Amino acid sequence: MAFITANWNPLGEAFYRKIELYEMGWSLRDGLKDCLVAAAPYGGPIGDARPQLEIYSSSGTNMASFPWKSGPVRQLGWTVCDDLLCIQEDGTVLIYDLFGAFKRHFSMGNEVVQNQMLEAKVFHSPYGTGVAIVTGASRFTLATNIDDLKLRRLPEVPGLQGAPSCWAVLTQDRQTKVLLANGADLYILDNTSCTPVTPPGLSPQACSIVNMAVSFSYKYLALFTDSGHLWMGSANLKDKLSEVDTKVRTPPKQMVWCRRPKSQQPSVVIMWDRLLLVAGERQHKYTLDEESVCVAELDGVRIVGGSRHELLQEVPSACQDIFKIASMAPGALLLEAHKEYDKSSQKADEYLREIKEQSVLGEAVRQCVEAAGYEHEPETQKTLLRAASFGKCFLSNYPPEPFVSMCRDLKVLNAVRDYTVGIPLTHTQYKQMTVQVLIDRLVYRKLYPLAIEICRYLKTPEYQGVSRVLKHWACAFCQTGVNFLDDMGPIMSGENQTLHSTVRTSYQRSMVTYLKNEMNRGDFFMTLRNQPVALSLYRQFCKHQEQDTLKDLFNQDDDHQELGNFYVKASYKEKKLEARLSLLQSAVDEYNKAKNEFAAKATEEEMKLLRFQRRLDEEKGEALLGLSLQETLHALLTSNFHKQAEQLYRDFRVPDKRYWWLKLTALAEKDDWEEMEKFAKSKKSPIGYLPFVEVCVKQHNKYEAKKYVSKVTPEQKVKAHLAIGDLEGAAEAAIDRRSEGEISTVLSRCSPTTDRALLERLNRARSTASKK
Amino acid sequence: MSAHLSYGRVNLNILREAARKELREFLDKCAGSKAIVWDEYLTGPFGLIAQYSLLKEHEVEKMFTLKGGRLPAADVKNIIFFVRPRLELMDIIAENVISEDKMHSPRDFHILFVPRRSMLCEQRLKEQGVLGSLINIDEYILDLIPYDGDLLSMESEGAFRECYLESDQTSLYHTAKGLMTLQALYGTIPQIFGKGECARHVANMMLRMKREFAGSQTQILPVFDSLLLLDRNIDLLTPLATQLTYEDNLRGLCRFVYGVLDLCYVKLPPEKFAAQKKQVEVGKDLPTEPKKMQLNSAEELYAEIRDKNFNAIGAALSKKAKIISAAFEERHNAKTVGEIKQFVSQLPHMQAARSSLANHTSIAELIKDITKRLLLILVDRGKWIFSLFLSHSDSASEAFFDNLTVEQEFMTGVDTDKVNTYIEDCIAQKDPLIKILRLVCMQSVCNNGLKQKILDYYKREILQTYGYEHMLTLNNLEKTGLLKPQTSTRNNYPTIRKTLKLWMEDANEQNPNDISYVYSGYAPLSIRLTQVLARPGWRSIEEVLKMLPGPHFEERQQLPAGLHKKRQQGENRTTLVFFLGGVTYAEIAALRFLSQMEDGGTEYIIATTKLINGTSWIKSLMDRPEAP
Repeated sequence: MAFITANWNPLGEAFYRKIELYEMGWSLRDGLKDCLVAAAPYGGPIGDARPQLEIYSSSGTNMASFPWKSGPVRQLGWTVCDDLLCIQEDGTVLIYDLFGAFKRHFSMGNEVVQNQMLEAKVFHSPYGTGVAIVTGASRFTLATNIDDLKLRRLPEVPGLQGAPSCWAVLTQDRQTKVLLANGADLYILDNTSCTPVTPPGLSPQACSIVNMAVSFSYKYLALFTDSGHLWMGSANLKDKLSEVDTKVRTPPKQMVWCRRPKSQQPSVVIMWDRLLLVAGERQHKYTLDEESVCVAELDGVRIVGGSRHELLQEVPSACQDIFKIASMAPGALLLEAHKEYDKSSQKADEYLREIKEQSVLGEAVRQCVEAAGYEHEPETQKTLLRAASFGKCFLSNYPPEPFVSMCRDLKVLNAVRDYTVGIPLTHTQYKQMTVQVLIDRLVYRKLYPLAIEICRYLKTPEYQGVSRVLKHWACAFCQTGVNFLDDMGPIMSGENQTLHSTVRTSYQRSMVTYLKNEMNRGDFFMTLRNQPVALSLYRQFCKHQEQDTLKDLFNQDDDHQELGNFYVKASYKEKKLEARLSLLQSAVDEYNKAKNEFAAKATEEEMKLLRFQRRLDEEKGEALLGLSLQETLHALLTSNFHKQAEQLYRDFRVPDKRYWWLKLTALAEKDDWEEMEKFAKSKKSPIGYLPFVEVCVKQHNKYEAKKYVSKVTPEQKVKAHLAIGDLEGAAEAAIDRRSEGEISTVLSRCSPTTDRALLERLNRARSTASKK
Repeated sequence: MSAHLSYGRVNLNILREAARKELREFLDKCAGSKAIVWDEYLTGPFGLIAQYSLLKEHEVEKMFTLKGGRLPAADVKNIIFFVRPRLELMDIIAENVISEDKMHSPRDFHILFVPRRSMLCEQRLKEQGVLGSLINIDEYILDLIPYDGDLLSMESEGAFRECYLESDQTSLYHTAKGLMTLQALYGTIPQIFGKGECARHVANMMLRMKREFAGSQTQILPVFDSLLLLDRNIDLLTPLATQLTYEDNLRGLCRFVYGVLDLCYVKLPPEKFAAQKKQVEVGKDLPTEPKKMQLNSAEELYAEIRDKNFNAIGAALSKKAKIISAAFEERHNAKTVGEIKQFVSQLPHMQAARSSLANHTSIAELIKDITKRLLLILVDRGKWIFSLFLSHSDSASEAFFDNLTVEQEFMTGVDTDKVNTYIEDCIAQKDPLIKILRLVCMQSVCNNGLKQKILDYYKREILQTYGYEHMLTLNNLEKTGLLKPQTSTRNNYPTIRKTLKLWMEDANEQNPNDISYVYSGYAPLSIRLTQVLARPGWRSIEEVLKMLPGPHFEERQQLPAGLHKKRQQGENRTTLVFFLGGVTYAEIAALRFLSQMEDGGTEYIIATTKLINGTSWIKSLMDRPEAP
């Protein structure tokens, strides 16, 4: 605790500090010497090529490594979504993902191919990641967004030969421009023109501008001259902020802005071989003991060396207030108070009183919470948060949110800063980049379990959090061609089990949709083929959304049965009979291929029926089309087309029984009793004669019904008599048959008005029958 | 409304409260007055969770049914759509949102998906260009809905079809999730048993989910001793059989005859109740509206009679009537002021009982209108004789009787390998297709598949009579195993029937002593499995289990230290039986019967993806191509 200010260095009003982030885990033979290095902002990964392409996390863990076999790489850079760009001499840009997998490539145009590239820069803007190139012909070519590639060739710069002495890409007024220096002359190049500009108040001793740097936000510009002067001002070149004489005349190796947002202090970090200079209104020098690379960040500069990774930044004012030696700021007092309280000393009370007397306890708590966010050491964070929490106890109505959310943020930050993850984000950067983006980055690094833990911990709505991570996870598996659904069990071990069960079900759906849009169809089908669950889900989807795809899918699988069904369904959507028949014919073919004889035959019969119906509709003006065979027969019989009905009956091999039932009902319905009688006598009824009785009764013609009672078999006699309401007849039949059940049935139908004698006979018969 | 949930062995009201809390939280997210636009399918399930009064407390002023066109006028700040994640519903929402009059009183739109959000749906809303107009899109995870003191359902209508026909296991995932929620509220269930592919799948998911949440173990004394997961396809026979309990009949009747059934409410035609209108509560119901009765154990009399075989209903009702009138007669004996006072204090309860009795008597009569009181079943030397006590013949009741006879023949294995004349006759007379399908499927199930020739014959008869378009339905039935060609010559159904005692010759409907009373002789296979599991255990029926589809298994879940239950002497075990793919009321009745058996030793809580009956079940498997 006491040494917290040990690494602070005053620079004008402010202090600067250098914090060690990691001891690098890589083992580089010669450090970073002779390496082409690019490190991504926001604690991103580090790439390095020559002769081997290596990708490391910020803590130096190797993520990919392979020999470089394409043409020489002249420039490396990272995109906003952590892809590595390798720019070759001829302007070909190759894109790799974090794990060294080649994604795609593009060219910066013919002019670059012809004249070769001299220098290239990768830059970030609200439009995405861009690439700018200056060629051997001293012409600039620019792509503002590599994902939506539009090459722009900028106008010629008068008098420029070879490469400019230094240049930078600016984004101003929603336009991307190039600022370049040719000797002492400064030009701004935009789409249409090349404008000479003069920075206000630039030291007149300078003959040439040798280096320039644009701040992270594109708001500020720094120029370094051959006279050793450093000019700092606004990027629009209207205001000058300060100018310092560094007394070093060698051109620097690297120059970057180091300024935290809202700070009053302009400051630039300039690096020579072994010297690092922080220049603001004053200067502070650090010596470097190894080859290093500076990475500009939103609120500081990271310095990556062969063995160490450090963060150089202005000490935030909250931390200054608290930790500055002999500070009397409320936060500092509160921290003291808490320290004393821990020691059980009464001084705690004195400090507290002092704060309370000035009524700045709220401010004190706020300072402690804020400062905790800026500290890297978990122990320091804890001390500050404990002090804040202690202070909060003496306040009523102090809103808990800032404290709680800071605790959460820090937990997340400490987790991602961990050596194994290697994302050294500061709190300011984290807030700027948002949780969503952080989750995306973790996902991109395949750190799914951590991403899920964070989502759960922050209670991110499942849909934006956990589900999204799972989706990516599933896709990643799918794309690598792993049999993700069925063989996942053995592959997923340990913590990744987490995801397994969840993915198997509802997320498959979204994943399948996702894949469908991402992959080409052939590959997609092939991928699905081995995944029964996913395949059936996709079928469901197609059933609702894309009928034609469904067909292709069945085709690919040689699923002839389903193809047949598909054509059948499709046939019902057709209005024209010919189209309908041709679809049904396709169904027949498929059913035959599927060796489903029954279905093929039934479909052929349906076609035959449809043709028959159409013919009759045309000839006789019936409306039969689409009716079932039974309905057709019924319609024909009721309209007296007996001949045609007979023909259908034979052609379609309708079982006799059913045909008799059909004809019987049809005749009864149109009260054609004469025809019915003829029919009954035509041959022996396969359904017996009880149906005749019942059908007549149903049509309320008991007279006709009686004609058939005598023809009924003995077993059905009772039923037949009862049907026509002939109780006596029923009784006779039942007694004849000596059946207890039937006698009881007849008895149950007797009423108080029934003849007493009959009742007695029945009862007697029943008792004899039951004795049997 | 919810009191009946807390009476049972397991207080299911806790689950309901948890669901209510979440609903309130969502409603409060949309500040200001609101109107809810309902996906009609959801009103039933929601009715079990929250009444209008709760919604009203959270500033819900209007409720509409989701339909196309423009939303009705309502002076509210928020419009909330409560919908299932279905694409066709998204189109309606889009139509609603687009046709909203933007100039006149802008309203905020929100969607609450039940039970899960879906990317496809959001994609669809995006395509329709309305995604941006929706302020809140949220999900309301309503997996298991408490139906009654011992009954939970997910009301997922397509679950059986999805699992067994379309291999879509989403509903199983929801099941596992629902069971996890249940365990969070009622403690880890130490033992899991199961039979069937889906059961295995759900158990696997549960175990994995448990491992994932290993850190956040609930410190709750387990309420359930075991969980039994059963696939519907191990017992396809039970739902095919005609259901005979009062509850089944009542629900069947209302759905069938009057076409209105409100999950837990039945609506009955008013004319049947006009006569007792005066003595029944003078309710809000207008005389022209159908009578609405809530059907769950909150209704005392209903709870008593619902699981009885329909044949025993008459006796039960008249017994109850005697008790009630005796109680009313008490007033003549009341002499002292104290006695009169006591009598008066009981009056409301008695009046409620009387009116409820009157209602059920009317209902019972209504059912008899249909079934014509035909079921007085006599047993004569092992042969069934049905005697009809009818004043005149009625073909409807005879059909019912014939149907039942055939079903029972199939279940006892009589002539299941031949073309059945009754089925032939029914087809010839063009009886409802569903009835035919039920019978044919039943024959196939009871014969472990039909000979190819017989199967083709039935199929051809059906296509010729009801139309070729049913080809697809037949195909579906074959895919789910309800219809199948016989592959081996050996029919193992008789072995199953004998080992599990699926057929009891002496079923007693009036005073049941075995679960077979629910089907007047047939004991549902699923319930026998449950019963055997409790005692003596599945090891005794290993052979039969192998004949049924899918694996059977047992899993144990570690309990946190100190939560091991010490059972008191004579204390019953509590088992949660989960039917994947649906459960019938008859099965529920049988399980309730087992719970009440004095020496049973186990009480059952029932959960399912959907409450089904044979008709609704077969219907869910039908496919009808639409004509243009």
